[in-house]
Amino acid sequence: MGKRLNGVHVPHSKNTTQSKPQRIPTPQQVIIPMSMHIGAPSKVLVKAGDEVKVGQKIGEAGGFVSAPVHSSVSGKVKSVDEILMANGSRSACVIINTDGLQEVSEEVKPPEVADAASFVSAIRESGLVGLGGAGFPASVKLSPKDPSAIDVLLINGAECEPFITSDMRTMLDEGEYVIKGINYVKKYLGMKRAIIGIEDNKPKAIEHLKELCSKEEGIEVVSLPASYPQGGEKVLIYNILGRIVPQGKLPSDVGVIVMNVTSAAFLAKYMETGMPLVEKCLTVDGSAVANPQNVIAPVGTPFKDIFDFCGGFKKEPKKVLMGGPMMGIAIPSLDLPMVKNNNAVLAFSKDEALLPPTTACIRCGKCIAACPMNLSPVELEMAYQKKDAQRLKDLKIDLCMECGCCSFVCPARRDLVLNNKLSKAYVREMKV
Amino acid sequence: MNEKFIISCSPHIRGNNSTAVVMRDVLIALLPALLASVWLFGMRALMLTLVCAAFAVGSEYVFQKASGRPITVNDYSAAVTGVILAFNLPSTLPYWMAALGSVIAIVVVKQLFGGLGRNFANPAITARIVLLVSFAGPMTTWAVPKPVSPDFITGATPLGMMASGNVGALPSLSQMFLGIRGGSLGETCSAALLLGLAYLLYRKVITWHIPAAFVGTVAVLTAVLGENPLYHVLSGGLLLGAVFMATDYTTSPFTDKGKLIFGAGCGILTVIIRVFGNYPEGVSFAILLMNILCPHIDNWTRNKALGGNY
Repeated sequence: MGKRLNGVHVPHSKNTTQSKPQRIPTPQQVIIPMSMHIGAPSKVLVKAGDEVKVGQKIGEAGGFVSAPVHSSVSGKVKSVDEILMANGSRSACVIINTDGLQEVSEEVKPPEVADAASFVSAIRESGLVGLGGAGFPASVKLSPKDPSAIDVLLINGAECEPFITSDMRTMLDEGEYVIKGINYVKKYLGMKRAIIGIEDNKPKAIEHLKELCSKEEGIEVVSLPASYPQGGEKVLIYNILGRIVPQGKLPSDVGVIVMNVTSAAFLAKYMETGMPLVEKCLTVDGSAVANPQNVIAPVGTPFKDIFDFCGGFKKEPKKVLMGGPMMGIAIPSLDLPMVKNNNAVLAFSKDEALLPPTTACIRCGKCIAACPMNLSPVELEMAYQKKDAQRLKDLKIDLCMECGCCSFVCPARRDLVLNNKLSKAYVREMKV
Repeated sequence: MNEKFIISCSPHIRGNNSTAVVMRDVLIALLPALLASVWLFGMRALMLTLVCAAFAVGSEYVFQKASGRPITVNDYSAAVTGVILAFNLPSTLPYWMAALGSVIAIVVVKQLFGGLGRNFANPAITARIVLLVSFAGPMTTWAVPKPVSPDFITGATPLGMMASGNVGALPSLSQMFLGIRGGSLGETCSAALLLGLAYLLYRKVITWHIPAAFVGTVAVLTAVLGENPLYHVLSGGLLLGAVFMATDYTTSPFTDKGKLIFGAGCGILTVIIRVFGNYPEGVSFAILLMNILCPHIDNWTRNKALGGNY
């Protein structure tokens, strides 16, 4: 294997590797957002007073790049409200008072799949979005412009974010489904080769999947160094295949489809049961949590219920994250719901919540040496300070994936990711 | 629950590195050469270093206080500048001149350009050059190391001897390596400077690119020009400059390729000045000139983004 992209060594903090996910009791109320994916929000199909059941479609895909939304509970729709989400956007949310029966909808039945087209439309109906965190609708990913040009299916089991172990649990507990899911995609999209990439800090997962793959044709397991952000899509493609996804292009443009391990496992289960994406395993951890563990919760469960299940807080939480510490979003309230592509919720007490103060940039260039995309965060920051949109564009601001390596290594603790997010918005605004 | 959570942009964890840690590491790396200077030139070397450091830190504090800026002396960067300046001075220099040098380095070269990270020239080098052209006599009066002559007499530097053709008086290479030769107080002991280099590399404060390119270029060019490359490498301020001054973050390029060009440029200019110029030593001038070119080197050597459309 040739050169690998830059990255950083983050603390792993994988405290919950031994914790088999436990299903939490059905919460009294769920809040199901219509925007849990990249692309157009779904259109609400229900109204206040409607009875809904588990798996019933309550939101229709709002466009090609979109995904339907299903009820994760049985109960009665209380209201459809617009709620401020963690990422700062407003989304219509279906609020359902549960009846605790968890009756399954008659809509739920295994899909009839005969060819690529019916496979992709089944995946679309499943509501699957990229479960690695990005939330890109899976059916769009599986509909490349030229399917014959795709030669490799990359399965992302890197799980490079600190703390999170939900994908690792999937690999250990549902390895067979991961393999089945891979085989479905290979079969219907006509791919010969699949590679599962796993960071070497998960030796048991590597061993288990290698064993399962020994009976399979055309599925390999690759052990990757535990270097953040190994699981970044472009990073994974480069580090495993040596292929570079050009600016503004997709992995399918270099013959690759990348799918998360948990997405693959879900896909296989959906093909058997027809139960759409209505629940998700997530890691609950952080210094403030009483009993860190992995849980399975219905989509839309308020975080408060999830933390309550984990014994509440042993210290006062000062920062709560949806996702991992490198790319997760700090949320303002525990009333917010978990969404489809949530793989962790972390709560930190004061000591971990407060970041060290920012000092002057000393131009050390460590951000450059850390950037997997070979960008120059230090110069991007200078360009943004000068409000030079053209220079931001020339420095390829749009290639920044906001992985956080630059901010992590910066000895001056500068908020380089924040700068890049603001820069992207500024470049869009200036239309250069 | 009426919680108030901290909202901030990701990432929510940071590495352990900080500017103060970096600067503290540089001070630690300078320690062997400081001890060597006391062995070679006596307690006055230590006193001069303390004077420089104190005036560097003090003038930064006073300037920041007077101009209403945040006080940042506890990041050790001013202390580093003071110590490096002292290492560039003869141990015999009057204290007031050394103190003046520190004030010039910190106030004029660093703070007037915006403080830490904003200066385009290396403060210690620029101050040293100001002192050299202002006080040419005292700045080139070299004490003979105590292991050679415990009595306080002055002598020439090896580069001075080479420039004047007095090669017979040159110290042996092993003496040169240990620093038993005339020169600025912190520059002579190559062994101690290499120890500092090893520490900086181990702690990943610097990379090998600038020191290797700088020293390598000097060795190759002097050999090509028929000079003794080993004497050139162990002479003057080359190792001090290549390890501690040319590697100053703020005034050196960002990328590895840029650092190689920068180091090679420093080496070429050093050899030109040493071999063809009027001054026997050229390290300071070479680094200062390359400092000025640094923004251009950064522009020439910027990494191509992965998959970027150019």
